[in-house]
Amino acid sequence: MTQAATAALSRTPAPAAVRLSGVSKAFGSGDAALLALDDVSLEVAPGEFVCLLGASGCGKSTLLNLIADLDTPTAGTIDTGGARVALMFQEPALFPWLTVTANIELALKMRGVPRSERRERASALLASVHLSGFEKKRPHQLSGGMRQRVALARALALTVDETDGGQGTLLLMDEPFGALDAMTRDLLHDEIERIWRERGLTVLFVTHNVREAVRLGDRVVLLSSRPGTVVEQFPVDIARPRRIDAAPVAALAGEITDRLREEVGRHGA
Amino acid sequence: MALETRTNAPDPGAGGAAAGDPALERQIAGLDALELAAGARRGPLARLWSALWPMLTAVAIALAFWQAVVWSGWKDPWVLPGPADTLPIFWDQVTSGRFWEAVALTMRRALVGFSVAIVIGVLVGALVSRFLVLRRAFGSLITGLQTMPSIAWFPLAILLFQLSESAILFVVVLGASPSIANGLIAGVDYTPPILLRAGKVLGLRGLLLYRHLILPASLPSFVAGLKQGWAFAWRSLMAGELLVIIGDTTSLGVLLSQARELNNTADMISYMIVILIIGVVIDQLFGVADRALRTRWGMDVD
Repeated sequence: MTQAATAALSRTPAPAAVRLSGVSKAFGSGDAALLALDDVSLEVAPGEFVCLLGASGCGKSTLLNLIADLDTPTAGTIDTGGARVALMFQEPALFPWLTVTANIELALKMRGVPRSERRERASALLASVHLSGFEKKRPHQLSGGMRQRVALARALALTVDETDGGQGTLLLMDEPFGALDAMTRDLLHDEIERIWRERGLTVLFVTHNVREAVRLGDRVVLLSSRPGTVVEQFPVDIARPRRIDAAPVAALAGEITDRLREEVGRHGA
Repeated sequence: MALETRTNAPDPGAGGAAAGDPALERQIAGLDALELAAGARRGPLARLWSALWPMLTAVAIALAFWQAVVWSGWKDPWVLPGPADTLPIFWDQVTSGRFWEAVALTMRRALVGFSVAIVIGVLVGALVSRFLVLRRAFGSLITGLQTMPSIAWFPLAILLFQLSESAILFVVVLGASPSIANGLIAGVDYTPPILLRAGKVLGLRGLLLYRHLILPASLPSFVAGLKQGWAFAWRSLMAGELLVIIGDTTSLGVLLSQARELNNTADMISYMIVILIIGVVIDQLFGVADRALRTRWGMDVD
């Protein structure tokens, strides 16, 4: 699809950046089939930050794979309106044989950015995640938090187009800070919030950490487990910037945790 | 410190982490600096010495053992001369023109054979790792060939090619290429799944997937295959030079069998030492390449 067509699509009056209608996903077939997702319907508005929350086995990662088009649903439809989609994992998954800047440049190359512009855009992206000066390093020379920021820059390289100011870009994050220590995670919350706001991204953020979900999301979507389906949605009406240890965040997190425990308890009967 | 600054951050709603917030930038830079504090590295001389002294000690122990056997009087000195008699002869050999002519011929054969083995190994490895049906057909056959002693090929090679360079080349290639192919296949098979997922998100498909992901990811395993392939090639070559003696050529194998025919044990042991040294040096070169690759990619904790 040409960029003009993409831009036109995102400007047509489509209120949702992603629309999932009745999405189900089963693995295997017949009696042995495992239903991972059951009739999930969800809409995410452009520029919205939505956190998907659930216990083990709620099919969070499966859902992101479906939206990123790495897998196809068994039933239902997923409409991303031609948005550019990038997916970030818990592991940085950077290519160890490439330098930091070459990792970003490969993403830009795959986006079709001409060679002459890649170097400059890669260093701009690295600057935006506070990694200027680390261009020539290899991933293993960086700390876990820095690697995850490189992965974020790579995801931005795939999605963000300077010409449309981030419109029509969808960033899927699969527990991206799950493997980091609390201090690093706290700083990265500030980072992702800033980048989301500056670029006008649409973010779908999967986590099992209730406070993290309330800290970041405009809305928290609670999923049940085995099969995963939407149980309840919680709008987060807390002014930004938020702190993960602020009282309103803790209060809403407590409420959601109770609901989550109730849901988990159903599997213990 | 970063922690103190964090607790002094403005209240929620008071502006906070906006674009280019200097406090956030400083905290992130501070954390990065703390986490990157690297240990001091030893200098190159110290590292060379720490690699060298165990080797030198091992050589000294081997020489002492050899001398002890000679002193025990197990064999007459003209059958088994001691290091004191052999080493001067070794030196004479190493400084003679005929010896270097032999080394040159042997190394030329080794390089040609190994190069052909790389081409064939890569070709076979690429095809077998790419097509499942070929894998089922030839996968275990390649491993089988790898375990087959190369000397067992010589009768057939001599029948097919007579006593010629081709006979030696044939066996060297058969000895080395299965290891090289297997190294490549293993590398392709063990490309980390998480990187494959990341590659899919990047949109890497088909040839681009191989060019940018699978081939680089399989490089360490490929180098390990090359190293093993070299060991097989070198062994096959020595067997070949002893069995297939062509006209009036001078190779290490020819020198070795001539020394045996003349009951010249000191010469014979000198050639064996040279063969050992060449094998060790080239193995070390592959080892250096392997370690450099692993360090560069951060595959070693060290």
